[in-house]
Amino acid sequence: MDLRRQRKIVNGAALGLSLVAMVFGLFWLCWILLTVLQLGVSGLSLGLFTMMTPAPQSAGGLANAIVGSLITVGLATLIGTPVGIMAGVYLGEYGHNTWLGNVTRFINDILLSAPSIIIGLFVYAVYVAPKGSFSGLAGVFALAILVIPVVIRTTENMLLLVPSTLREAAFALGAPRWKVITRVTLRASGAGILTGVLLAIARISGETAPLLFTALSNQFWSLDLSGPMATLPVTIFKFAMSPYKDWQELAWAGVLLITLGVLALDILARLLVKNEVK
Amino acid sequence: MNGANDVATIRAEEGRSLSIDLSPRKRSSRLGDWVFGNIARTLAFAVLLVMAAIIASLVWGAWPAIQRFGIGFLWSNDWNPPAQKFGALVPIYGTLVTSAVALVIAVPVSFGIAIFLTELSPVWLRRSLGTAIELLAGIPSIVYGMWGLLVFAPILSGYVQPFLTSTLGGIPVLGRLFHGPPLGIGLLSAGIILAIMIIPFIASVMRDVFEITPPLLKESAYALGATTWEVVWHVVLPYTKIGAIGGIVLGLGRALGETMAVTFVIGNNNFVDTVSLYAPSNSITSALANEFAEAESQLYTSSLIELGLILFFVSLLVLSASKLLLLRLKRSEGQGT
Amino acid sequence: MIPFTNALRQEQQTGPDAPPARQPITHLTMKRFNFYYGGFQALKNINLDVYKSCVTAFIGPSGCGKSTLLRAINRMYDLYPNQRAEGEVLLDGMNVLDPHADIIDLRARVGMVFQKPTPFPMSIYENIAFGVRLHERLTRAQMDDRVEWALHKAALWDEAKDKLTQSGMSLSGGQQQRLCIARGIAVRPEILLLDEPTSALDPISTAKIEELIHDLKQEFTIVIVTHNMQQAARVSDYTAYMYLGELIEFGDTDNLFIKPQNKQTEDYITGRFG
Repeated sequence: MDLRRQRKIVNGAALGLSLVAMVFGLFWLCWILLTVLQLGVSGLSLGLFTMMTPAPQSAGGLANAIVGSLITVGLATLIGTPVGIMAGVYLGEYGHNTWLGNVTRFINDILLSAPSIIIGLFVYAVYVAPKGSFSGLAGVFALAILVIPVVIRTTENMLLLVPSTLREAAFALGAPRWKVITRVTLRASGAGILTGVLLAIARISGETAPLLFTALSNQFWSLDLSGPMATLPVTIFKFAMSPYKDWQELAWAGVLLITLGVLALDILARLLVKNEVK
Repeated sequence: MNGANDVATIRAEEGRSLSIDLSPRKRSSRLGDWVFGNIARTLAFAVLLVMAAIIASLVWGAWPAIQRFGIGFLWSNDWNPPAQKFGALVPIYGTLVTSAVALVIAVPVSFGIAIFLTELSPVWLRRSLGTAIELLAGIPSIVYGMWGLLVFAPILSGYVQPFLTSTLGGIPVLGRLFHGPPLGIGLLSAGIILAIMIIPFIASVMRDVFEITPPLLKESAYALGATTWEVVWHVVLPYTKIGAIGGIVLGLGRALGETMAVTFVIGNNNFVDTVSLYAPSNSITSALANEFAEAESQLYTSSLIELGLILFFVSLLVLSASKLLLLRLKRSEGQGT
Repeated sequence: MIPFTNALRQEQQTGPDAPPARQPITHLTMKRFNFYYGGFQALKNINLDVYKSCVTAFIGPSGCGKSTLLRAINRMYDLYPNQRAEGEVLLDGMNVLDPHADIIDLRARVGMVFQKPTPFPMSIYENIAFGVRLHERLTRAQMDDRVEWALHKAALWDEAKDKLTQSGMSLSGGQQQRLCIARGIAVRPEILLLDEPTSALDPISTAKIEELIHDLKQEFTIVIVTHNMQQAARVSDYTAYMYLGELIEFGDTDNLFIKPQNKQTEDYITGRFG
């Protein structure tokens, strides 16, 4: 066959397949989102936010699970963020070529993608088992450990983007290092770090595995962090796996809430970065 | 020399006269520096401690099972809680098979998406498509799992599995993977859901590494009369090979450790006697998710923790490998031009 | 698809400004050529002839559009959707800008070498064979001959013959650039475009490349963009001086440098500006 013709056919076929791959990828995204929207919206009602998780085959809502998720995610963010920022400051401002900096950077990147269920096991082993009971606080710890690597990574990345001239200008005024960092470089990278925190919140909002044997679950209203606590993902897991129709409906509504929340956080984070770049 | 010393002396004297008012501030700033720097250093070190503590606690928790079953734990397929017998073969098999199925599907698709996004897509579409793919990566895995169980599995068992049996099932040897009752849940469905989940990860890493190919290098190939595909295959891919593999390995790491997407659809079955992909099975993560909170005896808990230890060890290896590959690409990129 | 085969050799019209002697043959003609980056017009009404087996240099301050002009000849701009060309670029009488023109064929006939050496991530041998394989099916022996021929032409054979299987990246910068020239000529184009080929090289490598350009023009029509006026004076037969997207003056290199017709050209080459 004519060489040129053959090359053009191969090229066309390969590029056609890449288009197919793109459509294939988007197809799942659309299908999943549409299903979640369709089945979730029908379960949305005021009762969803005001009523407790029900016994099988009775009316109820997800109020305790929603509140439980807000509490655990909120506390985990409050604990994880300052720790992550400070460790990120070390990597970005102090530990460029130190032994500690390089090893921490490497280990942190591994923790970033380590299986989250392992973090649950870890908290179980060091906190739940010795105390003898599942607790909301254990869930908070597990989620906080997931927040830290994300915040460390973005903090370091953002600090590295700060031009060194800015840093030098602040030093030239005679400012001590900690003031240069807190007043100048951290402030300059504020939006970027906030983005990292938002992404971290988005990530832990949907995490189920690390809560399974830390916060466990609770069918009733409870704000007691020392006892088992309901969270949205674990409740969804329980309800979706059940054979009961009304539990499954609640699970769809819950999945819709989580998906919308996570997508909103992701999009907000992107907008922040975009504005920063401009 | 002398002159410089003189200047230094004068400066020092000036400093001395001024230091009367400055010294408290100076001392406080020096203390501030010391405190701040050490807090940062300690917390960075804490990351290492967490890593060490995770390993130590898993080994500690798994110790009774390690002592009881020894190395044979890895290849015993006997998982029988009432009889206090535990072997990891089925969960390990399930983890590896689902991840393999996921990679077989996800790698070519991700490659195609990355090519589309870097070479083919109109510029106005590139941004939004890339964002869509990244958003797909952000959706919590529980959404995939639940969707897989309630929406996808019935379709798989009703249409896809019978179709695969009648087509691929006829191939010698390989066909045996596609025989058996079409339940909709099992290794194949878990693998497919995992694939949908890791496609965005692999595709965005591949897109990022493809984009670092210097434009001049691509132009040189185009200038010789190469087609887009030839440029990708002969120039972009060899140039970014290491990074692309790093992305695939990262996806593998995700697949191995993913819990919810697998737990919903793998079938939670500890007795596997067939090579069929249709068989319900168990993975390390699904065994942990389903059984851990209910495990009664210490040996049961300990065996489950040992499963976690195995998973963590494998993930460490895989993620380190991917990290090192991506680092190597970055370094060679620095030297390349 | 219109193949670029029928060679319409045009005799060069003699006029008062035309360089005397030699009676050069026009190889490439640009007529009323305009070029746009989105809404910005980068080149304005360029009319220019490139002569066969001669070296034509484009000079001018940076941003004057000389590289843009060069990249239009092999339609490199096609890779970038917001770039657009108008007018005619006639290669042996065939309009290169025609949307139906076969770009692959065009690029087989017009080779290009870039500002920086760009060896592909493969062996030295494969670097050269890559382009040839795109256009011709050769036996192993024929390919060996072609690679050797190209390396000889690029004055790289003696340095590279013992390490043909090593990576192209293992060569020095100057050697890499000669490898890129070898790669370009291995396809046996008619025209070779050189886009500031020595801007990333040391003086010794630069001298080697310039010597090479002189040898290569026996067989290839060469168009070179350079920011270095001395280089243009040394290697080229014809020079085009461009400024802000316009062709200010074009003519025989010696004439242009010794007695420029245009005040702007004179200012530039005497260093009063640019």
